[in-house]
Amino acid sequence: MFKNCKKQIIIALKLLGLFSILTGLIYPAVVTLFAQLLFPWQANGSLIELSGEKIGSVLIGQSFTDPKYFWGRPSATTPFPYNGINSTGSNLGPSNPDFLASIKDRSVLLRKLDPTNTKLIPVDLVTASGSGLDPEISPLSAFYQVSRIVKARNMLEADLTKLIQTFTTARTFGILGEPRVNVLQINMALDNLKRNNDRTTSKP
Amino acid sequence: MTGNGFFQIGLSFFILLILAKPLGWYMAQVYENKSCGLNTIISPVEQLFYRLCGIDPKHEMDWKNYLSTMLLFNLFGLLAVYAIQRFQAYLPLNPQSFPSVDPKLAFNTATSFASNTNWQAYGGETTMSYLTQMLALTVQNFLSAATGMSLLVALIRGIARRETKNLGNFWADTVRGILYILIPLSFIFALILVSQGVIQNFNSNQKVSLIQPIHYQQPANDSTGQPLKDSNNNPILETKELTEQTIPMGPVASQVAIKQIGSNGGGFFNTNSAHPFENPTPVTNFLELLTILLIPVALCFSFGVMINDKRQGWAILLAMFIIFIPFMTLAVVSEQNGNPALTSMGIDQTVQQDLHAGGNMEGKETRFGIVNSVLWAVSTTATSNGSVNSMHDSLTPLGGLVPMWMMHLGEVIFGGVGSGLYGMLMLVIITVFVAGLMVGRTPEYLGKKIEPYEMKMASISVLIMPLIVLLFTAIGTVTTSGISSIANPGAHGFSEILYAFTSMGNNNGSAFAGLNANTSFYNVIGGIGMLIARYWIAIPTLAIAGSLAQKKTIPFSAGTLPTHTPLFITLLIGVTIIVGALSFFPALALGPIVEQLMLWEQYGN
Repeated sequence: MFKNCKKQIIIALKLLGLFSILTGLIYPAVVTLFAQLLFPWQANGSLIELSGEKIGSVLIGQSFTDPKYFWGRPSATTPFPYNGINSTGSNLGPSNPDFLASIKDRSVLLRKLDPTNTKLIPVDLVTASGSGLDPEISPLSAFYQVSRIVKARNMLEADLTKLIQTFTTARTFGILGEPRVNVLQINMALDNLKRNNDRTTSKP
Repeated sequence: MTGNGFFQIGLSFFILLILAKPLGWYMAQVYENKSCGLNTIISPVEQLFYRLCGIDPKHEMDWKNYLSTMLLFNLFGLLAVYAIQRFQAYLPLNPQSFPSVDPKLAFNTATSFASNTNWQAYGGETTMSYLTQMLALTVQNFLSAATGMSLLVALIRGIARRETKNLGNFWADTVRGILYILIPLSFIFALILVSQGVIQNFNSNQKVSLIQPIHYQQPANDSTGQPLKDSNNNPILETKELTEQTIPMGPVASQVAIKQIGSNGGGFFNTNSAHPFENPTPVTNFLELLTILLIPVALCFSFGVMINDKRQGWAILLAMFIIFIPFMTLAVVSEQNGNPALTSMGIDQTVQQDLHAGGNMEGKETRFGIVNSVLWAVSTTATSNGSVNSMHDSLTPLGGLVPMWMMHLGEVIFGGVGSGLYGMLMLVIITVFVAGLMVGRTPEYLGKKIEPYEMKMASISVLIMPLIVLLFTAIGTVTTSGISSIANPGAHGFSEILYAFTSMGNNNGSAFAGLNANTSFYNVIGGIGMLIARYWIAIPTLAIAGSLAQKKTIPFSAGTLPTHTPLFITLLIGVTIIVGALSFFPALALGPIVEQLMLWEQYGN
């Protein structure tokens, strides 16, 4: 009995050691090797550059508060929104007075910056995302912001609508997920649009 | 719910069934040690493991032996996870220089990962080094999943074999489960995830410069690090400018793959599969959802193959689907209806096919919308997975009730890998017994007489869970240390505590995450709950396996209740729901049901 017990303990320890090496070191290392060989851009965070400088990840949202940019989802990360190394949702319950107050504040701010816009505010523009890093908004939320951005940038509404349509990602295969607009990418395109316009207008 | 919503759900189940059937056959081949197609590649590794460890795979164990080796192996695994966390600061692969983990949190995490719960009282990206994530947590994701499957296989052998004490060899079952099933699936799945944008590297966190710098306020500290206060003793706020964002890095895909496949659920990041680096696209979401359900569903097919009667596997699977679908629909409808309080503020919650998911979007990601978030929430709690792609704490009251109740049913609707089906088989035994009482015949299941001993053991295994969940919730609601962790006031606060102990008492791991679970009270009590839920249920399960294996097979007669008919499926559903509802309805009435009534009373129309 005792001898058998000792034998089983030795097996348990050896097996734990072997599996630790196999599934804890070799498995992640081999996955990393293949990932870096086959999909290096994705494996390293889908980072995008602007004139040689890394300015963000396609997958990680950034905070935009300037009226001339598209705003993303509200973020509950601390101590500042869209903190990449501290993902969290608000975890506020649907009946929590604090939650309802924060929705109120956000909708009041959106209306204040865009007083002529009388449309209902799309729900994703005033509710915090699950990760606090959601890079996308719904197309409806993008369209809602058109009138504010048009005023702030003094541009044509049709140009902006076209831009939203270009940057709308449809459901995958027309089925999976929801249609959406990547906020960082469309804002980069907005800045780009402006630069191009400046260049054309400054031509003699 | 839109037509597209129905279609997404239908497609998920369709693909699931297509994949589960061959996988179920494959797993049966693996556990019966027959040729399965991968033998030429994997067999040499398997033999090497046996030789290095001194395992004789042909040596059969009785139930007590099987149980004790399982407990021993899990105990050492638990100790290893604890030790790695406690020495984290001195170990390599810690680019963010995290300190060693606090002892109580380390205990909670160790029990959590060894017991296949993956309750996370910590934030992954702010607590655990890459080495801890891999060598402690990823390893346990494999081992605890394989342990669950081994226990199930022993029970199935107990049913299938006759007049023997032998249930197989725990070591061999576990080695085969990992080498033939979990590693190949995880490896392929991890690479698919990377192709979609899940990160996989050993770099330290990257800094990127923001297009628009942001300003935020935080409490100011003086030179000694003490918070500055004004004359009214309010903290003074200082405004800071931020021009950079830190992008997290790490070996994520390898861990996400196994946490989904092994019904573990412990993510790399704090927000789990809601984090864009764990679940970046609708495609990854579809596949991660599929893998939550894949092995639990496939095991129903394996069961049919191993007892040589596929109808029995189908009957159980059908009962699971029949319970799952209406409750999932209830949750989807509740979330899609949204929050009545927001409607009065001029917020648009109406779904528009190509523009807007609408509904209750608090805590949900844009790319998943309502349907994918809710389907996930219900699946992850029906199985014992516990990974999340939306924040359950922010679900509408009824939307939150469904995941909670899925766990209250004992996670037998699909259930964890192994643990789900052996939990369901306990309920099958109870159903057979109840049916036998009704018609006054000796109850039997698959040719084995169900006698008082089996009935006692099945009852113990079914009743332990409600006992610990309700007892611990009661303690949590009457002690200051329990209540002080609550984040939301009123009935929702009670739901948070109930959900926490439901999740730990069922080895699920999802949470109403507003509750601050990283306190001595929740770490220690919860850790004990997870241990009881996993191992105390394993004991009666294996005892039944041992007892059934010794019985003779009695031939099918006119007095036998067939266990694959609609009649039996209905009885099984009835017993499952009655056990769950009777135990938990009063508690649910105090939490989500009250909240629902109050919310609609105040804001509804």
